[in-house]
Amino acid sequence: MPEPAEVWITGIGLASSLGEGLDSNWSALMDGRVNADEKTFAPYVVHPLAQINFDAQIPKKGDQRQMEAWQRIGTYAAGLALESAGVKNDKEILGRMDMVISAGGGERDIRVDTTVLNAKAKGNAPPGFLNERLMSDLRPTLFLAQLSNLLAGNIAIVHGVCGTSRTFMGEEAAGFDAARIALARIAAGQSDIALIGGAHNGERKDLLLLYEFGDYCLRDKFAPVWERKNNGGFAIGSTGAFLVIESKAHATARGAKPFARLSRVVSDRSHRRASGEITESLRKLWSSLGDIKDGSPILTGATGSEPVTSEERVFLGEHPDLPVRATGTRFGHNLDAQFALGLGLAALSISRGALFPPGDSSGVEIEMKGPPTQIVVVGTGHWRGEGMALVEAVS
Amino acid sequence: MRAPRDKFGRPVVVVTGMGVVTSLGTGKTENWAKLTAGESGIRTLTRFPIEGLKTTMAGTIDFIPVEPFTSVGLSQRLAELAIEEAIAQAGIGSKGDFPGPLFLAVPPVEIEWPQREELGRAVGTTDFSYDDLIKVSGGGRFVDYHHRFVMGSVADYISATFGTKGSPISLSTACASGATAIQLGVEAIRRGETDVALCAGTEASVNQEGLVRFSLLSALSTQNDPPQSASKPFSKNRDGFVMAEGSGALVLESYEAAVARGAPILGVIAGCGELTDSFHRTRSSPDGKPIIGCMLKTLVDAGMTPEQIDHINAHGTATPENDKMEYQTTSTVFGERVKQIPVTSNKSMVGHTISAAGAVEAVISLLTLEHQRIPPTINYEIPDPTIQFDVVGNKARDAKVTAVMSNSFGFGGQNASLILTREPA
Repeated sequence: MPEPAEVWITGIGLASSLGEGLDSNWSALMDGRVNADEKTFAPYVVHPLAQINFDAQIPKKGDQRQMEAWQRIGTYAAGLALESAGVKNDKEILGRMDMVISAGGGERDIRVDTTVLNAKAKGNAPPGFLNERLMSDLRPTLFLAQLSNLLAGNIAIVHGVCGTSRTFMGEEAAGFDAARIALARIAAGQSDIALIGGAHNGERKDLLLLYEFGDYCLRDKFAPVWERKNNGGFAIGSTGAFLVIESKAHATARGAKPFARLSRVVSDRSHRRASGEITESLRKLWSSLGDIKDGSPILTGATGSEPVTSEERVFLGEHPDLPVRATGTRFGHNLDAQFALGLGLAALSISRGALFPPGDSSGVEIEMKGPPTQIVVVGTGHWRGEGMALVEAVS
Repeated sequence: MRAPRDKFGRPVVVVTGMGVVTSLGTGKTENWAKLTAGESGIRTLTRFPIEGLKTTMAGTIDFIPVEPFTSVGLSQRLAELAIEEAIAQAGIGSKGDFPGPLFLAVPPVEIEWPQREELGRAVGTTDFSYDDLIKVSGGGRFVDYHHRFVMGSVADYISATFGTKGSPISLSTACASGATAIQLGVEAIRRGETDVALCAGTEASVNQEGLVRFSLLSALSTQNDPPQSASKPFSKNRDGFVMAEGSGALVLESYEAAVARGAPILGVIAGCGELTDSFHRTRSSPDGKPIIGCMLKTLVDAGMTPEQIDHINAHGTATPENDKMEYQTTSTVFGERVKQIPVTSNKSMVGHTISAAGAVEAVISLLTLEHQRIPPTINYEIPDPTIQFDVVGNKARDAKVTAVMSNSFGFGGQNASLILTREPA
């Protein structure tokens, strides 16, 4: 086997509840700003998307109309990532760029769902009632705005990324496995350049319903992730996070500058039958990352739901000197997009030579002085899956 | 002794176990008998009321009980059966301990209507809002719905049941998903990450909304009577695809590992390729370039020339658009020879198993290589004169088959192809 290729992060695209683009997200992080809405979906707390002019990345209104919000957020952020990498409109590169997207599904038509259920509850629905309502009330192209792989499809149509296209589903794990496999392919020479990432729209009642089944939704009042022990749960967020990653050789040949190196991505699935299994899984992943320098930060997608976050906290407690930051405090929880968000923030922090300040006074998030050269990104799924990545400065 | 590496120096990837469930039945034996006999698995729907629907038939699997019934639950059960058969044939690992990763093609998941209606009943009034539904969903009463209706649900369960290693992959590339699952496994073995991988696709989306969705996109056949003749790939009077359920599973292994443990070698995944079409959400680029490019990439990946392909297992959905495009693109790749290569569409009999199709058709292609017999494209009564494939019409055909190209094309510009051979090249 030849030596694995070094892989660089050469583009980052962020659209979130804190803003669009790297500068606005970075300044919000430095200022400690959080955009959490406790009223619109009360009692549930949600991080709504910041004001975004979608026209800037999705010029055709017809394209925008064919998408639900999650696809628009993702397609927008993907465009930012391509621009950041300097490959926007570069047909030659885009025509062979590989995509590995982590995606959920699209929004339902809440009005149709409610109308049908009410009629059923009244007991006056004939046998074919559901068929008739769906045939007449569903917008014919709504299905395409809901299909998981159509985020990638829209990115292909709007931005012309059309080498290969794979969509991973499965909540948080989809995020770290998409990054893991895209990295492995480039490292092994199976790919030169890839677009990875995901998108999430938190302003969706159908998602609140799904997560409320497991009592996962944060209620009543926003609190930082580490201060939710007695009111566990996550506030769903609105984020599109995309990265362009490529081999060092490919980047160098086209004169692209790296934000950082993506050195490792690892993942696992603990059974979570007994307490302590998550902690143990995280320990194992940590030990597979190689040498981590003293004082290197950890950016975690910890959700705030229990007992998962407490188990992760045991693991973090074993590294008390490392400055931890919970991305969920700042951006809410974005499920399949959370890991790409963590990777993007890690690369951004390295390139800006600073880590953003702590998000609470829990003691988990300590101050960091000086520029980070290594950042570990952690993802612990609210129900399943553990993942980790090592992002490093290019020396 | 053949070289364990291909001409590019990569580990050769072989198939050592496979399993299949379709509307025709459970397992390779039953499916092969019915496929070669030209039987149809398409039937009139009985699972739910059909009043008001334009399409009233599908390749449903009602002979495998799932309680309580959900589409997700059935897709899980079908995957379980196909995987059990594949692992048993491969004779690898031990019960609940499969020594490699899982790549599973699954339909996207969401809460289904019977469960939504259950929530409506839980509200207890006859005039409620969506907020009222959310209010009753917490408190633990519906915690099973969370586990059932998250996207990772089926792969998680399959991973736990069969003890696959690492984080299980749930993937979707629409109608190409099954082929993508195989491709991911091939790549992992070629990278040397693992010696063995479990690759499967499963599908059970024949529910009311699933049917209505495709119906609203005018993708489905409405030739409901008799249901068995609705799916007419390459026929002049084809009018759409027929939704179907099923699962296909393959145990992939490096040739070296398979030989070392004396495993049966059922065939070789000689090449995989994919190329995205950025033309439209549901339609192919009129020039066919992405599909042509996909087939060419696959040939390059296999280190083969078009002359070496002696059978094509077509995507062949029987939509007017697909079959036309498939002929146009295939004839560009294969030139005049396209008229001499036997082509068949398994979908004429089993219907379109969407997320599973690529995996189901890979299994059938491998059975074709094993038996040197090509299952027919049934309902081929009025050939489309503009499609000059050598369609294996209506009756199975004995043929010398050494290399099969199996194609899958899907919404969202997803194109994927596989080349399967009997022996390592």
